[in-house]
Amino acid sequence: MISISGKRRSAGNRVWTLVMLIALALCVLPLADILWVIALRGVPAIKLDLFVTSTSGVAGGLANAITGTLLIVCAAVALAAPIGILGALFVSELADRRTAALIRYAADTLTGVPSIVLGYVCYVALVVTLGWGFSLLAAAIVLMLMMLPYILRTADLAMQRIPVELRQASYALGATRSETAFGVVLGASLPGIVTGVLVAISISVGETAPLIYTAGWSNYMPTGKLFHSPVGYLTYVIWTFINEPFDSAHQLAYAAALILIVLVLIINVLGRLTMRRRD
Amino acid sequence: MRFRIIRDSLSRYACGFLAASVPLFLAAVLLIVVASAWPAIMFNGWHFLYTLPWSVGNEYGSATMTVNGFLAPKGAEYGMLVFFVGTLLTSLIALIIAVPVSIAAALFLSEVAPRRIAGPLGTLVELLAGVPSVVFGLWGIEVVAPAVKNSIGPVLSHLFGFIPAFRGPVGTGVGLLSSGIVLAIMIIPIITAVSRDVIENLPDEVRHQGYALGATRSEVIGAIILPYARNGIIGAVTLGLGRALGETMAVLMVSGSALNYLPGNIYSPVGTMAANIVALLDSAMIDPTGMAVHALAELALVLFILTFIVNALVPIVAGGVVRISSMLPTAAEFGGHRE
Repeated sequence: MISISGKRRSAGNRVWTLVMLIALALCVLPLADILWVIALRGVPAIKLDLFVTSTSGVAGGLANAITGTLLIVCAAVALAAPIGILGALFVSELADRRTAALIRYAADTLTGVPSIVLGYVCYVALVVTLGWGFSLLAAAIVLMLMMLPYILRTADLAMQRIPVELRQASYALGATRSETAFGVVLGASLPGIVTGVLVAISISVGETAPLIYTAGWSNYMPTGKLFHSPVGYLTYVIWTFINEPFDSAHQLAYAAALILIVLVLIINVLGRLTMRRRD
Repeated sequence: MRFRIIRDSLSRYACGFLAASVPLFLAAVLLIVVASAWPAIMFNGWHFLYTLPWSVGNEYGSATMTVNGFLAPKGAEYGMLVFFVGTLLTSLIALIIAVPVSIAAALFLSEVAPRRIAGPLGTLVELLAGVPSVVFGLWGIEVVAPAVKNSIGPVLSHLFGFIPAFRGPVGTGVGLLSSGIVLAIMIIPIITAVSRDVIENLPDEVRHQGYALGATRSEVIGAIILPYARNGIIGAVTLGLGRALGETMAVLMVSGSALNYLPGNIYSPVGTMAANIVALLDSAMIDPTGMAVHALAELALVLFILTFIVNALVPIVAGGVVRISSMLPTAAEFGGHRE
């Protein structure tokens, strides 16, 4: 495989470097193009009106969708973060090896379940069988199912990184296992935990499939009721309005995409900065 | 002291209870899918796995029929073949495009680029993984489908027209090829990031030995890095496949949602399992016997099993170097694959 001629070898080296460079460009250019297209069509569509009026039909504003997205994600995070973080503390610090392995395996498997399957399950179980109807709580629970294993595993990985000496020092002072877990490990791994929560939020802000049959859609501002009250959200506007023949609908879809992508990127970058500051 | 011991075990049980919710949720999800699919499983029998037609039957008449004790409108029949084939083909096209690009990009980031450039570029690639799937779909409608219709399709059918799958008509642009391209762009960041992590964690000695023998960089990559990192890279690709199989919104928006026929060429409209659960649920709810909704649950069950198998394969093919948690954007920084 390795040729003898030096000239040919260094030429081969350069060709392969070029091939790799092109591949990297193919990775990065789509992102640039996505941002470019969304900005090009989205920026002209952004008006102050969007943020204060609700959708009516395929026109109007996005106030209901923005509020709805924030409300659903906040509710989901309020459910998922405590369970995920304390669960991670158990897996990383308090559980025996086999239980920890089982819970990690379950979390990884749940991460791998397609979001539409989770959405379908919540539709059948919560919306239909329990009779909640399209509702804030059903939407929050399906996003919670997506975020929970994610938050748990990231927090778990962050805790695993804490040097064992730190724990030993705590034990040497006479602290119990859970005192060490809560008093030492939780604090030391906090930046990693926050990163995990933020990245989980950025993922669920952009989710569509699991919300279609749990949140439903509403042209009105969210009522704040947990049951029997459909909620509008940003991603719905993107995937349905782009298929409408009207220009007003397309403008709303692009405006929603722009707001969404800015939101997701800000949360994502914040998450990464939190992590970097610790190092 | 007594109080502290009690508090210790109390907080341990409380955290254990919360942690146990994860396996319980997983079990509940599986149980609900199976229970909801059960009437359809009995009604459809094995036909579901290998037949083509998907029809809710005559919903407007009151005529019904009973199969194996389960009621459905007359003429109802469900087969997953179109969606199964559509899922596999779109993912296959995505892999064909994504695998070489991702591996080469990962090699560039880990072996060629100076650290100062590799860091920000790697972060950029990972940010691409965070773009919501519905935005990829929007971009697919706006950019990819017209490109397939106007340039990529005609060029491919001109160059490779002797292969039946590449022969026209190119159609409207939405279909198999567009879905494959959009899926590829969605999984490239995952495969790149995980492969890069695998390559960067190879022991430095193997590289140095190659360079010490006078090998050029591309020779080191071809003869040493790639063989060493092979299993890990296969694991990364399998992770990407698991993601592509379950992807819903982006595919739904550019697939053309085919029903009842298999794709004739790579430009044909397709339907995938994930996309059609969304596309068909609205009309399924009209079925007064509920069988249409159960049939979608059966589709969800097959999708669940398929992605489960693919994800379970990840640590096996990767020899433990890559696992599902390697996909977490923070895994590389936390040394996630080396637990």
